[in-house]
Parts: sequence; C-alpha cells; structure tokens
Amino acid sequence: MLENIAFLQSDFFTGYIQPVLVITGYVLLLVVPLILAMAYLTYAERKVLAAMQLRQGPMMVGPFGLLQPLADGLKLLGKETIIPSGANRVIFVIAPMLTFMLALVAWAVIPVNAGWVLADINVGVLYLFAISSLGVYGILMAGWASNSRYAFLGGLRSAAQMVSYEVSIGLVLVCVLLTTGSLNLTDIVMAERDWWVDLLLFPMFIVFVISALAETNRAPFDLPEGESELVGGYNVEYSSMTFALFFLGEYMNMILMSGMTAVLFLGGWLPPFGIEALAVVPGVIWFILKVCFVLFVFLWARATLPRYRYDQLMRLGWKVFLPLTLIWVVIMAGVLVYAEALPNMAGG
Amino acid sequence: MVTAGKRNWLPISKPTRPTGKERQQTMIESLFFYVLSGVLVLSALMVISAQNPVHAVLFLILAFFNAAGLFVLLGAEFLAMILVIVYVGAVAVLFLFVVMMLDINFAELRRGMGRYLPLSGLVGTVMLVEFFWIFSKWTSDTAAVAPHMRHAPLEVSNTHALGQVLYTHYAYIFQLSGLILLVAMIGAITLTLRHRPNVRRQEVSRQVDRHPKDVLRVEKINSGEGVS
Repeated sequence: MLENIAFLQSDFFTGYIQPVLVITGYVLLLVVPLILAMAYLTYAERKVLAAMQLRQGPMMVGPFGLLQPLADGLKLLGKETIIPSGANRVIFVIAPMLTFMLALVAWAVIPVNAGWVLADINVGVLYLFAISSLGVYGILMAGWASNSRYAFLGGLRSAAQMVSYEVSIGLVLVCVLLTTGSLNLTDIVMAERDWWVDLLLFPMFIVFVISALAETNRAPFDLPEGESELVGGYNVEYSSMTFALFFLGEYMNMILMSGMTAVLFLGGWLPPFGIEALAVVPGVIWFILKVCFVLFVFLWARATLPRYRYDQLMRLGWKVFLPLTLIWVVIMAGVLVYAEALPNMAGG
Repeated sequence: MVTAGKRNWLPISKPTRPTGKERQQTMIESLFFYVLSGVLVLSALMVISAQNPVHAVLFLILAFFNAAGLFVLLGAEFLAMILVIVYVGAVAVLFLFVVMMLDINFAELRRGMGRYLPLSGLVGTVMLVEFFWIFSKWTSDTAAVAPHMRHAPLEVSNTHALGQVLYTHYAYIFQLSGLILLVAMIGAITLTLRHRPNVRRQEVSRQVDRHPKDVLRVEKINSGEGVS
C-alpha cells in the first residue's frame, strides 16, 4: 500500500503517466460519441433517403429500426475477411485502417465548445487541411493493392478527383483566414466579422460545401465507386471488417467535413445569427445541430442529384471553382484592405 | 476538452540545468526525437532499396511524415504542416499515381541490380566523401552573413513571424521563387499540351444557348400525305 502511494507521488507518475491517462480519457470522450454518430449517420441516411422517396426505410430491427446499425455491424463482423491471392497483402490490409484512422485523427483540433478541444494548436486549419488531403492514400492504396481493374480505376479516379478539389478548398480556406487573421480554430470561431464580410464569404461557403461533397466522394461526385460502371470501385475486393472500415471512414469523413463547415462558416458552438437569448442552450448542442444540418445537406444532395460525368466533374473543379476561388481571394483581400477591415495581425 | 491556452511552440532551449519536471520533458522530447529520426533514416533507406517502386513511394511518404514530426519538435509547426500538405498531400500523390500506372517487370529490375552496382556505388562513395570533406571544414563567417539575416520576432507565433519576414525583408527573393515556379508550370503545360482536332467536347455555353425554336420544327401533317 505504501509503495503505491510513493508511486503516485513519484516524478514519473505526475510528469508522464497521469497526463497520458487524462489525455486518453479525453480522447475516448471524443471518439466514442463520434463512432456512435457515425453508426447512426448510416441509419439517418437510409431514413432520409426513404422519406424523400416515399418509402419507410429500416423498420424491423428495434423500434423504428433504431437497432439497424448495430445489426449491420454485427453482420459485417461475422463475415469472413477475404484477401485476394493476387493482392499485395500488407498494403491491402493497411489501406482501410489508414482511411479510418485519418478520419478520426483530424478531430483532435476541432473545438466542439468553448475550450473543448483536444489540441488547441496554432495551425489548426493547416492541420485539418493536411489530414484531409491524406485521405486519398487509403483509397489509392486499396485500389492498387487489390490487383483488380475495377478497384484500380476507382482508386485513380478518386485520386484525381480529390487532388483537384483540394485546390479550391485550400483557396476557400485562405478567404476565411483573411477575415480572421488566425490559423487557430477557436480564434476562427470567435472572430467577429461585420455583416458584409459574412456576405462576401457566402459564395465561398457554397463552394466549400460542394467541394466537400467531392472530397468525401459523395453523390453527386461518387464516381470512385460508381456502381453502374465500376461495380463498387476501389472497395470491390474488400469484405467483412476491412470493407466496414472503408464504409465507416467515408461517413466519418462526412462528419468531419460538416464539422469543418460548422467551425469555419457557421460559427461553431455559438448560437446562430448572434442571437444572445439562444445562448442558454449549451454550445455543444448548437455545434451538433449545425453539423447535423450540413450532414442533412449531404444526404439531400444524394437523394436529389444524378451523378456527374467524369469530364464534367473535372471541368467543375478546374475551370469553374479554381478561377472563381482564385479571383475571390483577390477580391476579398482588396475589399478588406480598402475598408481597413483586416483583422489585427499583431495580436498573434 | 483540455482547457489549456494556446501553446507557444518555442524552440527547445536549455539556459539552466533542467530540474524535475523539466528533465522529464526533455527526456520525452529526446525519446521522440530518436524515434522520429530513426524511422526517418530507416524509411529513407527503404526508399532506395525497396524492389517495388510503389513500396518505395510509400516509404518516401513515411519519411516525409517523420520529417514533419521533427519540425514540430523544433517548434516549427507551420513548416511541418506545409511539408505534409505540399509534399505528402500533393507531390507524393502524383508520384504514386504515375508509379502505379507503370508497367514494371520486377524480375528484369532485379537483374539490372548487379550490372549497375559498381558504377552507382562509385558515384555514391565519391559524393559521400565529398560531403564529409565539405561539412567537416565548413564554418560560416558570422560578420559576413549578419547583414543578410533577420531575427525572428519571438513574441508572435511562427506563422506570423514567417509572414512578417517573408513579405517584407525577403519580398523580392520570395517573388522570384514564385516566378520560377510559374515558369516551371508554364513549361510543363506547354510540353504536355496537345491540340487534337477531332475531339468532341462539351461546351456548356453552347448547350445553354440552344433554343427550341432553333432546333425544333413543328410540322402539321395531314392524314394520308406524310412529310414532304
């Protein structure tokens, strides 16, 4: 007993073990709700699509089919993991893990409420941008390692698509940074903007949401998996949990992109339109509601829009969004300098 | 969730003897340093020794990552993120893209190994010896370099510091490097752009301009006569 107390007071414990345990606790507090949200996003997607198509959606498992995600998860767990004999085994197995991991890791810097952030780093936006640009590797590796034509074509399509739309996402981020003067996500949420600056940012918000659809390979830009031509794309050869990791990684990326949209454009945890009276509702609730709204737009787009053709997708990325965002950066910078509305840069 | 304030990633400096918690910190930092640089060196070795070029590119990506980690340890978080965004997020994707599409005969690659080994070994050894020779003798004359150097403003984060120095004191050099990149980009485009005359393209403006009355003709057909 005495030894235990001595251990608790030792340098090593207070300096290293204790912080690690605390941080692990915080990570779990963030990751467990996220995984639940991801499971129920699959449910929400089926329900929303069903409602828009005058169907009922999942109804059988549990009340209103609420236990359907769990049943699906169990089903996938119970299946056999098949690794094709011609596949490059190591890369084949690493690819889905990488996809899933990257989607989770990015949440480290997203503030869900005032001060509720795992790592409040100075370059939060750049970190998010870096992590979201890595998502392409999981898909590219899966496509190549499967040693299958369909999977490979899906991987290549996805790589070209994600690289193209990242350019416009980067320029949209520059526009946001011009109005906030900080790369820290908490500062970006707290930045006070005039109404006309918000108005100037609005077109960039639209561009960002559309690019987010393309970046997460969602309809109407879901060409990497275009089932009518590629029978499922980069993940044809995957089964069981390896498939589930891709599937869930895609949904996690959707939640991540919605979180980014909420933080960058919708004011994060702050009540909407700056209405003070609504501040009684806790910030987390506002954050979750905003994320849900953007997610609903994702699902809505899937139910409404037909899939783009590949050349149209590339045209939209390179010939419409790239010039538009590039010009908008110049316009915004010019207007902000002219109106002397640039945020105070000396503040750090 | 951690309510700690913004972290200032200042470079690690040891003005006095570290005590207690500080020593713990430096120990963990040096542990991270050795892990990161160890993996960096190993993956760099794998880049040149891997048989499969796709594996080589993936090891290159791992090397970039560890280099970014080393930058973070140095307190240069902006450089770390830019390294990941530019090299891992863009350049290496294109590498991988190209390498994956190459049709490679692995057996033939292995056969070439023995033939090129003496020559490449010689070139490598000469370069290594020269590097050792240069860097063992190399010192910088502080007085001569001083007019070209700028102190980083320490009270702001290093992103601000870089911006303040880059766009004021080094503005011309910065613009020049931008111009070089522009020239390289135009060069790459002119080298690869081919005009193929008989390709059907979608022209959105033409499609939008099309009007029913330009392309549709309503015929009144009497029964038993047909269209003339």
